[in-house]
Amino acid sequence: MTRLNEANVIIAKEIIGRYPKARSATIPLLHLSQQQNGYVTNEAMVQIAEMVGATSAEVLGTATFYEMFKFEPVGKYLVNICGTLSCALMGSETLLHHAEGKLGVKAGGTTEDGLFTLERAECQAACTEAPCLQVNYRYRYKVTTAELDQLLDDLAAGRLDGEVPPHGTVARVRQHIPADKAVGPVPPDAVVAPPAWITEGAK
Amino acid sequence: MTDISPAEEVEAPPVDPNEVRLTINGHEVVSTKGEMVIAAAARAGDYIPHFCYHPRLEPVGMCRMCMVDIDGGRGPMLQPACMVPVSPGMKVDTGSPATKRAQEGIIELLLANHPLDCPVCDKGGECPLQDQSFSHGPGESRYVEEKRHYEKPIAISDIVFLDRERCILCDRCTRFADEVAGDALIQFNSRGNNTHITTFPDEPFASYFSGNTVQICPVGALTAKPYRFKARPWDLAQQESTCTTCAVGCRTVVQSSHDELLRYMGVDSDPVNHGWLCDRGRFNFESVKSADRLLQPLVRQADGFQPATWSAALAEAASLILEAKAAGGPKSIAVIGGARGTNEDAFAWSRLGHEVIGTPNVYSQMGDGLPADLLLLDRATIDQAASATTIVLLAPDLKEELPILYLRLREAAEKKRSRIIEFAPKQSGLTRNAWRHFAYEPGTQVAAVEKALADPEIAAQFAKGSVVVVAGRGNLAETSTATVRAIRTVLAANPGSRILPAFRRGNVVGALQVGMRTADGGLDTRAALQAAADGKIECLVLVGADPLTDFPDTDLARRALAGARRIVAVDTFLTPSALLANVVLAASAYAEKSGTTTNIEGRVTTVAQQVNPAGNTRADWMIAAELALDLGGDFAYETIDDVTADIAWHVAGHEAITPEALATAKDGIIAGLLPAMAQAKLLEAVIPERNSYDFRLVVSRTMYDQATGTANSPSLAHLATQTMVHLHPLDLGKVGTTEGATVKMSSTRATIVLNVVADPAVLRGTAWVPFNHSGANVGDLIDCTAAVNDVRIENL
Ligand code: SF4
Ligand code: SF4
Ligand code: FES
Ligand code: FES
Repeated sequence: MTRLNEANVIIAKEIIGRYPKARSATIPLLHLSQQQNGYVTNEAMVQIAEMVGATSAEVLGTATFYEMFKFEPVGKYLVNICGTLSCALMGSETLLHHAEGKLGVKAGGTTEDGLFTLERAECQAACTEAPCLQVNYRYRYKVTTAELDQLLDDLAAGRLDGEVPPHGTVARVRQHIPADKAVGPVPPDAVVAPPAWITEGAK
Repeated sequence: MTDISPAEEVEAPPVDPNEVRLTINGHEVVSTKGEMVIAAAARAGDYIPHFCYHPRLEPVGMCRMCMVDIDGGRGPMLQPACMVPVSPGMKVDTGSPATKRAQEGIIELLLANHPLDCPVCDKGGECPLQDQSFSHGPGESRYVEEKRHYEKPIAISDIVFLDRERCILCDRCTRFADEVAGDALIQFNSRGNNTHITTFPDEPFASYFSGNTVQICPVGALTAKPYRFKARPWDLAQQESTCTTCAVGCRTVVQSSHDELLRYMGVDSDPVNHGWLCDRGRFNFESVKSADRLLQPLVRQADGFQPATWSAALAEAASLILEAKAAGGPKSIAVIGGARGTNEDAFAWSRLGHEVIGTPNVYSQMGDGLPADLLLLDRATIDQAASATTIVLLAPDLKEELPILYLRLREAAEKKRSRIIEFAPKQSGLTRNAWRHFAYEPGTQVAAVEKALADPEIAAQFAKGSVVVVAGRGNLAETSTATVRAIRTVLAANPGSRILPAFRRGNVVGALQVGMRTADGGLDTRAALQAAADGKIECLVLVGADPLTDFPDTDLARRALAGARRIVAVDTFLTPSALLANVVLAASAYAEKSGTTTNIEGRVTTVAQQVNPAGNTRADWMIAAELALDLGGDFAYETIDDVTADIAWHVAGHEAITPEALATAKDGIIAGLLPAMAQAKLLEAVIPERNSYDFRLVVSRTMYDQATGTANSPSLAHLATQTMVHLHPLDLGKVGTTEGATVKMSSTRATIVLNVVADPAVLRGTAWVPFNHSGANVGDLIDCTAAVNDVRIENL
């Protein structure tokens, strides 16, 4: 089942309802699909296209622009080791090689048990904490090889389940806006007057 | 002493508030508000090199090739001329040192990843990248690293191939697909160095307009199957012409090499096609050189067709006509057709019919149009339609039948210039752009229009401004009566509205206008076929007409061809109808003859001869002129210009359309007021209640069908599908069938067997079947005199 499941279709409709134009929901829906399957499937993209009134090619074009959407199965834990300058100077290469040896996959690969995908990443904006890495986009700073071993072992043993949700989870708590609290999207075509911040500001 | 008398009071010329004056390369240029610098410069004769800019697409500023020094008041700065609108006092320098450096840099960057396989690239010789590398590039590259590699061309559709290594990511093809064609099936994929064009996996770029992307791609990244590796641009000879595949009349360039047609390209005619062509019109040149063309006249002997010389065949045709005349008088002869050729062809044949044979039974529509007298109503141009406040569609699916008209009207709706009100028995390509879509079951069209007109919101919309009614035959399985009434109802409610006839077949409007229409008391095609079926026609003359394929009521066509005592056919292929003739005269095809053609607006443009006629074929007008001689008439035509001049001389409304005038009229000349025609009598028949077990039949055409031009073009032929019946998904249960299942479909006439497609575009209670597809023939089910046709569908 690689289309959105029933529960997620309901969420998808709610998300679409937040925007004046359905298309604006494309990226949130891609996240939803990645959360469901760990990656964005072709079937889900076709379905999203139908739901937001775009072509599948448009959804694919939008999705592939973003590094963080994956189009092939990735492990439950995506380990991104920064390879950019500061981290490289502080030994990220050693870290990466160590991880490759421990997991038995090259950077870009996924372990056979489907638990880990290892990637070399670009600067993660934590240069002061080099070398750094992310697991499912959760940071680990100034990582030593011993800490890396510990991290991978803990993840594999499920000891970090409460801290690091599976790949694709954007947030563990999903926001629901009750209908009476919603802004009520106004389609751009229906806007007749300039917004208040312009009219008020002019006074 | 200086004269200080006050200056004479002269009235200052009114200043156009939209006028903008700026300086380009030292000279003053007058432009209009909103125009981009690159366009203003082009008009002033200052070329700014560019790749992504295209005058018919929205600017994106993708390639940066158009960077020039623009001083908008804060000193000269390099800015993309395709993205910067003109402003008063702006100074533009297209040749500054900074500009030159920028251009060289961009070319070097673009070439860094470019494979430079010009020697084997189809675009070489007409490639903007090649040309601008020479004219504006640095001449050498500092890039020594490995280039990006992709699998060499991948098919992104049945017709178009993409070489991603050559692509410079200009966004032209993708913008065209999205903005113009409305088929956003190709997109940029990924980002940065990995950016490339893709389709969605297993969803090809199946657009009716895909060929345009090949034409506007500024490099050899996109190529089209029919032309790949066929020629080099410098070997091509070319002439401007007009596509006569449908009646939009798009301007084209017809290219050939060694007397072989190789390619059509769109020409930007502002009032008509904006440079675009549909794929059917663009690629059906293959049919001209088809091995199945009829190459010489044939005369039926006891043992079947035998090739004949022209003199023998013409003599035979003449004697058949004379025999017929002797047996039943001139009124026992009917001439059908003339819409496939040029105006000259049609005019010569109409003279042959009306003057030489002396029959009033001359008609060029095939029972699938509307009465010719609609042409007398105030006619709209395509421009007027595409800028009307309200466009009323009482027409077939324009995307299928008049594709470029579809693009023009789609643009009008997308740009919010016009609101479309559509009345149709089935959703069409324009439905998603329609402001209001009224689906009606055949038989209720007039009621649907009346009801809509009574709606105050719609009345208010009509009152807002100009109204153009696009009028054609939306359903071949009903008479044209309801549509004509519906048109007249809209016109009566909105006096001053104009009408744009959505007549489809090539030059049908031209043929009707120059005389291929009935004289007083004459039989139109349906009536002539009926008379033939009743044994009252001594000779049927088919001028590029194939009733067995094109007339909606196949049974009547079959009985007519069997009942006609003699048949003379003129055609380019041995069509099913021509196969039944006594004499078949082999006609030259498009691009093998010159002349003029008339589009739906009444616009007359030229058609050019680019290759020699295949085999021993002759242009229809020559055949008519020679046959006339054999029948005792003499048209005194020596060249095609004689015929064009004769039309100008004899046909009301065509006085100004002389060969000399056409030579300089870039966009053709719109014919003037036509002579009066009697209003056609509408076929009256009761509209029965639909039995709830039955489906009301809707039949219309699609772009790719068994038309000779398509079926004989290998690149297009396989795009035509089998005949299938389309039912609303919720109606499948009613029949107890499923998508893809085989069903039996019966009318009072016949039963055919075909497959079912679930199609939400079809109205519940109706069954839509495309006309003239392979497999089952839906024409077998149609009674062309019935107000509507109902069918029963049963599971097999
Ligand atoms: S394929 Fe051609 S038209 Fe399309 S983006 Fe590439 S270079 Fe431009
Ligand atoms: S729209 Fe009609 S005239 Fe234009 S290219 Fe297509 S077939 Fe030819
Ligand atoms: S270089 Fe690694 S986080 Fe910036
Ligand atoms: S032509 Fe201006 S950026 Fe491409």
